[in-house]
Amino acid sequence: MPTDSVQGLAAKDLVGIAPLSAGEIQLILDTAEGLLEIARRPIKKVPTLRGMTVVNLFMEPSTRTRFSFEVAEKRLSADTLNFSVGTSSVTKGETLIDTARNLMAMAPDFIVMRHPNSGAPHRLAKMIPAAIINAGDGINEHPTQALLDAFTMRRHFQRLEGLKVVIAGDIRHSRVARSNAFLLTKMGAEVRFVAPTSLMPVGVEEIGVQTFNRLEPALEGADVVMMLRIQRERQGNMNFPSVREYFDFFGLTPQRLALAAPHAVVMHPGPINRGVEIDSAVADGPRSVILEQVTNGVAIRMAILYLLAGGHGEPTSDS
Amino acid sequence: MTDREQVSPTRVQVLDEAGMDRTIARMAAEIVERDGGGIMLVGIHTRGVPLARRLAAAIADMSGRKVAVGRLDITLYRDDVGPWRPAHSQPVIKDTSLPDSIGGEIIYLVDDVLFTGRTIRAALDTLMDYGRPRGVRLAVLIDRGHRELPVAADVVGKSVPTGIDEDVQVRLREVDGEDGVWIGKGGSDAH
Repeated sequence: MPTDSVQGLAAKDLVGIAPLSAGEIQLILDTAEGLLEIARRPIKKVPTLRGMTVVNLFMEPSTRTRFSFEVAEKRLSADTLNFSVGTSSVTKGETLIDTARNLMAMAPDFIVMRHPNSGAPHRLAKMIPAAIINAGDGINEHPTQALLDAFTMRRHFQRLEGLKVVIAGDIRHSRVARSNAFLLTKMGAEVRFVAPTSLMPVGVEEIGVQTFNRLEPALEGADVVMMLRIQRERQGNMNFPSVREYFDFFGLTPQRLALAAPHAVVMHPGPINRGVEIDSAVADGPRSVILEQVTNGVAIRMAILYLLAGGHGEPTSDS
Repeated sequence: MTDREQVSPTRVQVLDEAGMDRTIARMAAEIVERDGGGIMLVGIHTRGVPLARRLAAAIADMSGRKVAVGRLDITLYRDDVGPWRPAHSQPVIKDTSLPDSIGGEIIYLVDDVLFTGRTIRAALDTLMDYGRPRGVRLAVLIDRGHRELPVAADVVGKSVPTGIDEDVQVRLREVDGEDGVWIGKGGSDAH
């Protein structure tokens, strides 16, 4: 896909994939490529963000995303402050706005934010001058996950355009699926969503995604198979009869994976539920790139911090 | 060729292709004379990288010694990224490739133009994060003066007095499709 190259990111924040152009996505992926090497050095640290402060504001449980951001921040020499649900005043009834005002009094340059409410980072981005990085907001977006997924795909296939990408599981509650769909369709990949009808959001065809209610037909010729976790915490009632039955119909087994292209890779944003959406033989098998995703995630988050540190563009607009 | 052959009112050629070949050969000879073995050439992106390769080839031609060549990207150590970045863009990060251990070697940093010295300060800091070389020297094709930091080159291809508002343009066939060095007005270089 011919993509106009860009020098920097237009917005001061990264609130989602939806506002990004294809050129900006390419810039982020190219920047991450140059940052991967730092993990292999004897001294895994560069002085680039010395003197800059990052607040990690996690109002929803997270282990790998928070660790990944923290590693990225430290490798760039930024100072980090961690606010997590359970250890902060959020549990004492403070509103988002009051929390933000208090944080701003400490003059951070970045706020990495995970929040259970969709749109919370957009709201904060308009209120305060720090660069807001969305680390997952409700069922809306998880942009750094989609970027690291795309980065992992591009490293395997040297392209995104034309790739056939299956995303299967709890699509309805998945901000990962949404961000991936935005990103991959912008970059010219073919996206196939697979979910039981009860877990498929309505209207996704409008963003150019194909939908399937069974895994097998979607897997045909797929280059990438991305399995998502069933998010029991976001479901009032279970949307399928049992975990066992879910696995029988939608679990990725070696037999099902054989339907995909011979070079296909298996991805998962984690945490994986073995025997629910993915068989251990696949998760630990030779086609799995799940741990590469973790390594690549640090480079992607470093790239975002680096690019957003380069002077601030316009505040994020509604889009 | 006169020292400053006129090609246009604002652009003067100071080295042509043959002159560049001779200059690189002389620099290679100086390096061999100064430090026989145990050296390594590390080119600073962008044009230091092909220059380091050419110097290594010239050293091999004249002495038969094979010299290791590495690449260094100094972007993350620059003094104008992060909080000091004036414009709304960040320089593109390129690859760094050095052998597993650089301890015990004499490293020649190679760059096309020595100007303020800031690039070399960043390069030294970058290098030290990869190991503890036995020594570091600096080889540049053009020294144009106007240092802002206390940096001096050990091997200089050509010293070219310039005005601060002048532009030194080094073009190499690996990057630009032609060999030559020009001085002109306008534009900017960031060395």
